[in-house]
Amino acid sequence: MKVRVKFSKYGPVKFVGHLDIMHYFQKAVRRAGIDIAYSEGFSPHQIMSFASPLSVGHTSEGEYFDMEVRSFTDEEDMLKKLGQVMVEGIDVLQVRILDKGEGNAMASVAAAAYLVAFSDKLSLPANWDKELISFYQQTHIEVVKKTKKGQKEIDLKESIYQLEVRGDTVYMLVDAGSGSNIKPEFVMETFFGQLGVMLPEYPFRIHRIETYKRREDGQLVPLIA
Amino acid sequence: MRKLALSDEILMKVEKPARYIGGEVNAVMKQKEQVQVRFAMCFPDVYEIGMSHLGIQILYDMLNQFEDVWCERVYSPWVDLDQVMRKENIPLFALESQDPIKEFDFLGITIQYEMCYTNILQVLDLSRIPLLSKERGEDDPIVIGGGPCTYNPEPISDFFDLFYIGEGETRYRSLLDLYKECKAQGLGRKEFLKKAADIPGMYVPSFYDVAYHADGTIKQRIPLEEGIPETIAKELVEDVTDTYYPHKPVVPFIKVTQDRVVLEIQRGCIRGCRFCQAGQLYRPVRERDAKMLKSCAVEMLKNTGHEEISLSSLSSSDYSQLPELLDFLIENCGRDKVNISLPSLRIDAFSLDVMNKVQDVKKSSLTFAPEAGSQRLRNVINKGLTEEVILEGARLAFEGGWKRVKLYFMLGLPMETKEDIEGIGDLCNKIAAVFYETVPKEKRTGRVQIVASTSFFVPKPFTPFQWAPQCTKEEFLDKAYFTRTNISSQLNQKSIKYNWHEADISVLEGVFARGDRRLNQVILKAYEMGCMYDAWSEYYKNDLWLSAFEQCGVDPAFYSARERGEDEIFPWDFLDCGVTKEFLLREWHHAKEEAVTPNCRKQCNHCGAARFKTGVCMEKRER
Repeated sequence: MKVRVKFSKYGPVKFVGHLDIMHYFQKAVRRAGIDIAYSEGFSPHQIMSFASPLSVGHTSEGEYFDMEVRSFTDEEDMLKKLGQVMVEGIDVLQVRILDKGEGNAMASVAAAAYLVAFSDKLSLPANWDKELISFYQQTHIEVVKKTKKGQKEIDLKESIYQLEVRGDTVYMLVDAGSGSNIKPEFVMETFFGQLGVMLPEYPFRIHRIETYKRREDGQLVPLIA
Repeated sequence: MRKLALSDEILMKVEKPARYIGGEVNAVMKQKEQVQVRFAMCFPDVYEIGMSHLGIQILYDMLNQFEDVWCERVYSPWVDLDQVMRKENIPLFALESQDPIKEFDFLGITIQYEMCYTNILQVLDLSRIPLLSKERGEDDPIVIGGGPCTYNPEPISDFFDLFYIGEGETRYRSLLDLYKECKAQGLGRKEFLKKAADIPGMYVPSFYDVAYHADGTIKQRIPLEEGIPETIAKELVEDVTDTYYPHKPVVPFIKVTQDRVVLEIQRGCIRGCRFCQAGQLYRPVRERDAKMLKSCAVEMLKNTGHEEISLSSLSSSDYSQLPELLDFLIENCGRDKVNISLPSLRIDAFSLDVMNKVQDVKKSSLTFAPEAGSQRLRNVINKGLTEEVILEGARLAFEGGWKRVKLYFMLGLPMETKEDIEGIGDLCNKIAAVFYETVPKEKRTGRVQIVASTSFFVPKPFTPFQWAPQCTKEEFLDKAYFTRTNISSQLNQKSIKYNWHEADISVLEGVFARGDRRLNQVILKAYEMGCMYDAWSEYYKNDLWLSAFEQCGVDPAFYSARERGEDEIFPWDFLDCGVTKEFLLREWHHAKEEAVTPNCRKQCNHCGAARFKTGVCMEKRER
């Protein structure tokens, strides 16, 4: 049986990297006494898969992983058991049994929503909010994206599904599919680059609000809908 | 939400920021207003090393069980953060509260190896605590040292207010009570230290002076205060079953060196290898009851979620309840796929059978520690491992599917000859030959791999070799070169890989190990010149060290290369580790005669530790 878990990450633990968060949950699952399934073979490992890595320094309230369990009480009980073994800064928000045939967390990810706040050291132009709207109103945003294999030219506009100013912050919904993932800081760097604003070190504080999959009708819905 | 001592900008800049944030699973949080003593426990090396140390876990757990005490952890900031903290003037902080160390009542530093001495100064310096004890004021924490290196604390005596000699479980409660009492009475640092010197195991270095002969050896120790003890006896836990043991060790976020549950099954060793300091310091060997260990194992695995448990001791095969304990672990860990790791196990039919059950044969390699290449030299060092036993162990292992063997040797042991070194290559070759004899051609998957490693011998205090001269760097390197040449001349040389350690670090370690108070200034000078993380070869700066010795007018060879006279007073002679100097001298003579001394279980050799009236000393012997 497959189970999907949603969790948040905030405060000092935002400095714990993705791999270490995976190890953290491997141990947490043992502490919680969850009857997780193991792979066969010489060095068995827990069957667990994480949706989308979160960069060091980012916070989130929309992280997910799937695990295969050998036995299961109910969602409520597992939520409670996991909740009891968490550290400050990581909260388990939801547990859901997956339907048979549902794709795994990692493969399902289609988009992610972020809030971007600015560091005090970034001197924002007075009309930055209007500029952001016109930035998004362009028909194409041609950029060069660095990939593992080198560089490639893309139209960033196609990957930004929503971009708007919310108070002092920027909300964005962007492509997060494996291979086509867009980092929120890349969108902001492109915007400020077009504006001609020099960026200081670590100009943004980034918070992931939700991770989405695409339903058959094309709608974006959270990984636990 | 805890507020961190470092800004986001700094944490984003440094390597592995999770080293500095605390808040790990099982880290202990208390309200600072509700405790009376704040204790910062330090391992002066990087987080991943410090977090792997069992001793600190035991003391952290014990001190936090005291309701009036909050014990927190602090480690050496890595070189990148070290620079930032100096540049931006950020004081060193404890992981839990993120408060500056300077605000604490105690800074406890565990001193596990000599090459961390400059890191002790780094920790003090970044904490803004004066490096020299005599320059500290009433607002500074009491700096207390513990751990194996305090069995010769003299080279670092200026930097500590107090040393705790021996096992930490016994006297901290009375020390902290005394501290609270002194604070309540408005007594100062010096009065506290004066009273602390009355507690068994406590050594206050500033209360003594040392006079030297013209040849540089020690003439006598001079007490500077009235009523302070002449000798200080080590503290020892008499009952290692009914004592403190952490059930909820801290689980690091990042991968550390020892990323597993550690179960200390016994303390001490019956073997009496003459080079081994731990084997003397922790006498007599004391076993923990298997029942206690079983319940600890279950609890610790449950509370940490670790996927591996490791049995820890100096020689696990000598633990009398080993089969019972292992059966229990194998039975109870299987379902949760917990790995059982068994270091320091003698390779024989029993251990191979166990390893077969708990480990991945394909991946693991087997380790033998003959320490010396020839039987003659193994007799000199009293390592009771014969070639016959090694070859038989190898044969069984190869039959069981293993094909990787690691061998540990030492170069530069006392009385070592060319023939002894040739024995290293010879033994490796014989093991390879055993593989080809044992495993038929059609069953071989690739070549057998034998990895021989040599370290350079460092004579340590409280061992029979404390009188022995240490080789010079040149002698060491010649020996390593000879070993390599000899190995490459072996028939099976293609199956043998050879590694050796760096020589100059071993020589400096030897200087500190048997040094005296005159080394304090050298260590201080070297630190001021930029030495730090000396245990990390990429940061070790030998030229700076040599220059520090020269500038201080101290000759390192006086401490390392000299053979000491039998009547010489050693800097550590005022400490009583339980084993008498007469016994050690007797063993030094036996070594020269190549005579083997039986282990403690076979025969009492009257080392002196029987006065503790515990452990193996109270067991009925075979004869």
